[in-house]
Amino acid sequence: MNLSKDLVAASSTPFVLSILAEGDSYGYAILRRVRELSGGEIEWTDGMLYPVLHRLERLGHIEARWEVAETGRQRKYYRLTTDGKAQLAVERRQWQAVDAALRGIWKLHPAPRFT
Amino acid sequence: MPTDPTTPIAILEPQIDRWRDYLRRRQTVHAVDVAELEDHLREVIASLIDGGLTPDEALLVAVKRLGAIDALSREFAREHSERLWKQLVAPAAVALPRRLRHEPIVALGLAVAAGVLVKLPALFGLDLDADSGFYARNAALFILPLLAAYFAWKRDLPTRALGLPLAMFLGAALAANVPTFTPGGATEPLVALHLPIALWLAVGIAYAGARWREVAGRMDFVRFSGELFIYFVLIALGGGVLLATSAGIFTSIGVDIEPFMEQWAPSLVLGAIVVAAWLVEAKQSVIENIAPVLTTLFTPLFTIALLLFLGTAAWTGRGIAIERDMLLLFDLLLLLVVALLLYTFSARDPQRRVGLFDRAQLALILAALAVDALALSAMTLRISGMGATPNRVVALSLNAILLVNLAGAAVLQVRFLAGGTPFARLERWQTDFLPVYGGWATFVAVGLPALFSYR
Repeated sequence: MNLSKDLVAASSTPFVLSILAEGDSYGYAILRRVRELSGGEIEWTDGMLYPVLHRLERLGHIEARWEVAETGRQRKYYRLTTDGKAQLAVERRQWQAVDAALRGIWKLHPAPRFT
Repeated sequence: MPTDPTTPIAILEPQIDRWRDYLRRRQTVHAVDVAELEDHLREVIASLIDGGLTPDEALLVAVKRLGAIDALSREFAREHSERLWKQLVAPAAVALPRRLRHEPIVALGLAVAAGVLVKLPALFGLDLDADSGFYARNAALFILPLLAAYFAWKRDLPTRALGLPLAMFLGAALAANVPTFTPGGATEPLVALHLPIALWLAVGIAYAGARWREVAGRMDFVRFSGELFIYFVLIALGGGVLLATSAGIFTSIGVDIEPFMEQWAPSLVLGAIVVAAWLVEAKQSVIENIAPVLTTLFTPLFTIALLLFLGTAAWTGRGIAIERDMLLLFDLLLLLVVALLLYTFSARDPQRRVGLFDRAQLALILAALAVDALALSAMTLRISGMGATPNRVVALSLNAILLVNLAGAAVLQVRFLAGGTPFARLERWQTDFLPVYGGWATFVAVGLPALFSYR
C-alpha cells in the first residue's frame, strides 16, 4: 500500500519514538521494524529515515552514540531520552484521538466492498 | 575499512569507496552522516545478496533505494553516468535548473550594476564629497536591493514573497530622503548607521525565502552574513594591494592614477560585496573551516579581555567615564559578544556533546552581562542627569536589548550545560532576536530622527 507523503511524514515521528521505546536501535533496523510491524504494508524509502532521526536528535527527543557493531564497523545507535518519552506520550494521545474518531464514523458508515 | 575478501560484498569495495568519496566531496553531507549512510548501504547490500541477488545488482538496488529520497545519491548517479548505475538510476535524476547555469554571469552583472548605480546620482549633480550626507544615508540602498534581487532570482521566489523586502526598501528610500536633515546633526549619522541594519533583514528575507520563519533558515542567513564579511575582507585586502602596487608602477612612468581610483572606489567596494555574496554561495567549503576556528579563538580572548576589565574596574573602584563615545563603544563591544555567540551557534554541530568550549561560552556570557549592567547603570545616570539626546537614547535602548538577550542566553546556557535543554532552544533564542534588532534599527533610523526633529 502506498501511503501519501503527508501521512508518511506525520507518522514517522511516532513510529521512530515507539520503536526506540522498545530499546536502542539504528537506522536500518528501524526500517526493518516498521516493515515488520505493518506486515510489509508500510514501506519507507531508505533515505527518508535519516533526516527524521537527525531532526529528532536536534530536538532532544533521541540521543545518538557510535558503537562497534557485530560487523566490526562503526554504527550509530539511537536512544530515547526523557524528553522523547514525554513527546511519545503526547503523540500517542493525538494518534489515539484521530484513530478513535475515524473508527467511530466508519462504524456508522461501513465501506462498500467494491467501489 | 577492509572487509573479509571471501564475502561477496568485498568485490564491491572499490564501488563503495567511490560512492563514499563522492558524498564526502559534497559539502552538504557531514562526514558522520556519510558513515551512517554507508553502514545503511552495506546492510541493504548484504540483505539483498542473502536474498539471491548478485553483488552488482545488490549495489544498484541499494544505491537506488537510498537515493530515492536522498538527492545526493541521485546526483552521484548523474555525475558518474558512465558507471553501471546509469541505466537504473539516471532517469529519476533532476537536472540543475537551467537558469542557475548562468549564475556567474548574473552575479557579475549585478556587481557591475551596483558599481554603476552608485555613480548615477553624480548625473544629477550630486558630489561624493560635497553631498556626503546624501551618500551616507543612502549607502545601503545602492547595494542591498541588488543583493536581495540576486537571492530572489537564485531562489526563484514567488512574487508575493517579494512584497515585504520591496516595501522595506521603498520605505527606507523615503525615510532617508524626504526629511531635511540638519547638516552636522546627530540624527543623520544615526540614519546612515542603522538603515543598513534594518535593510539587512530585507536581504535575509530574500535569502531565506519561506525558511525565514524557521530557526534553520535564519541561522543559514547568520552564517551567510559572517562568511560574506570574511570574504569581503579578503577581497578588500587583495584589492588594496592591487591598487597600491598599480598606483606605484603608474607613478614610475609619471602618471598619477589616484584621482581616478578615488572616483571609482565606491563602485569597486559595492561590486566586491556582490562578488563576495556570490562566492559565499558558490564556494562554502573554504569558509566553513575558518568560521569554527575564528570563534574558538576569539571566545576565550574576549572572555579574558572582559574579565580583566571587570577586575581592574573593581580594583581601582572607578566607574565608567561618562563620555558619549565611550557608551557607544560599550554597545559595540557587547554587540561583538552577541555576534560571537550567534556565529558560534551557527557553526556548532548541534549533535556534539556538551564540552569545555560550551562552558567557556557561559563565562563569556556572564562577563558580558556584568559589563552590560555596569554600562547600563552609567547610561541611566547620564540620561537622568543630563537629558535625552539621540545618541543617548540609541546607546541606552541597544544596551537594554542586549541585556535581555544576554540574560536569556545565560539562563539557557546553564540549562544546556546541565543537560536539561536541547541545543535547538539556544539557537531559537538567538534567531528570534534577529527581527528585534531589525525593529530597533528601523526605530532608530526612522522614528528617532523624527522625534528629535532631524537635528
